[in-house]
Amino acid sequence: MRNLRDAWHYLTTGANWGGSEGMWHLLVQQLLLTVTALAAAMLIGLTLALWLGHLGRAGFLAVNVTNVGRAVPTFALLAILVTLRHPGTATLGPYGRAGLATLIALTLFALPPIFTNAYVAVREVAAPVKESATGMGMTGSQRFWRVELPLSMPLIVSGIRLALVQVWATATIAALVAGPGLGTLITEGFYRTDYPKGIAAAFVVAVVAFVLEVGSALLERAVDPNRKGTATRSGLPRDRVASGVGG
Amino acid sequence: MPVTLLVGDGPLLGQLAIQPSCYSRLVNKWYCTDYLKDRHHDLTSALGQHLQITAWSLVLGILIAFPLALLARRVPWLQGLILGTSTMIYTIPSLALFPLLVPFTGISMNTVVIGLALYALTILVRSMLAGLLGVPEEVRESATGLGYGPMRLLVRVELPLALPVIMAGLRVATVSTVALTTVGTLVSYGGLGNLIRDGVQNNFKAEILAASVLCVVLAVVLDAVIVGAQWAATPWTHRRRTA
Repeated sequence: MRNLRDAWHYLTTGANWGGSEGMWHLLVQQLLLTVTALAAAMLIGLTLALWLGHLGRAGFLAVNVTNVGRAVPTFALLAILVTLRHPGTATLGPYGRAGLATLIALTLFALPPIFTNAYVAVREVAAPVKESATGMGMTGSQRFWRVELPLSMPLIVSGIRLALVQVWATATIAALVAGPGLGTLITEGFYRTDYPKGIAAAFVVAVVAFVLEVGSALLERAVDPNRKGTATRSGLPRDRVASGVGG
Repeated sequence: MPVTLLVGDGPLLGQLAIQPSCYSRLVNKWYCTDYLKDRHHDLTSALGQHLQITAWSLVLGILIAFPLALLARRVPWLQGLILGTSTMIYTIPSLALFPLLVPFTGISMNTVVIGLALYALTILVRSMLAGLLGVPEEVRESATGLGYGPMRLLVRVELPLALPVIMAGLRVATVSTVALTTVGTLVSYGGLGNLIRDGVQNNFKAEILAASVLCVVLAVVLDAVIVGAQWAATPWTHRRRTA
């Protein structure tokens, strides 16, 4: 219990937040990592998934990518990437030490939910809808942009949301292998038996995770065209759960 | 390195002198069978701890999830609360969840087991509830009409019918628990994760790769075990084909 009180003391001491080793700096660094990796994963994953989904090919990828992603421990992949010569442990601009290796690993772990959701979303657009689009004289690309994409938006966005929360968690684990971000305070705290410091940083990480989860859920609700009318009537908590963690 | 410098004339020493082992600092290969041979005690004891942590977490997760799922089914307004709370716990990164448990559990295996059980819980409650809610109302009514009490109805009718959905959840929970156990190395109870951390700190490639591969293998094997158990537990799903 003394650890809890000391952790609170650590959190409320202004000096621990400022400076280049302070919590603000590390928090911004980790958010930057998360956003960059998510953007990279969206660029790769969405392009690939929407294209393959539109063509209706390579369905086995959608299933297997998720399963493999789950079985490979984040920590193990990070360890291998950091130890590999190529990505290296060098500092990368604002991304901090082992920045590149961390970014690669984060992008890899953001891919499965983004890819699977986007692929399934486009693939599962009802066949009669697609047929009527073609019947109306739409070309393949018109059908994709005007029919398939708008209809798949909710599922695509929920995949991105899953990825966001997952990338934040993975970015924290990066600290176990000398990566950047708030996780460094947690590992330092535990390896040097300064538990209050580790617990305080863990608290900040958890709070940001909540904020990201709830914030993106609200954003998802705002983006979803089908829910606008009913969202205010059906209760908020159950709706959020329904669209919540899927894997 | 001249062989003459070595004391003794065993064939092993001769070999060592001619060629440094593939996991020595000089060579440091990713794949090294000598490492597997020489350090198999490290690997098996880490694997044992890994398995122990995973198993206890899943057992604890199931023990908590099952009554929660039953409760959520019986009391509809609790459903949102139970699912919402467990989802919120699920969003906490593992590296942050363990430290937050430490004030209560100390630096011990309990910290890791309880943390992982909380994650498994989210997946398990969801699948148990989905499985139970998926049992057709007519089936329930016929069983009641046949004189089944609530307990017998649950054990003999509802659970067997819900089993495929529950097992699917258990598979997801198992595979992700195996992967997350590695993070337990933060409090020195990470099973194979301890080896990975040691490997990173000492730039010991063979150790990192061997422990990582073992981790994936363990996940795949446990997954197969569950599939096998499900196959054995639901003979009605495949009896027709074998007969």
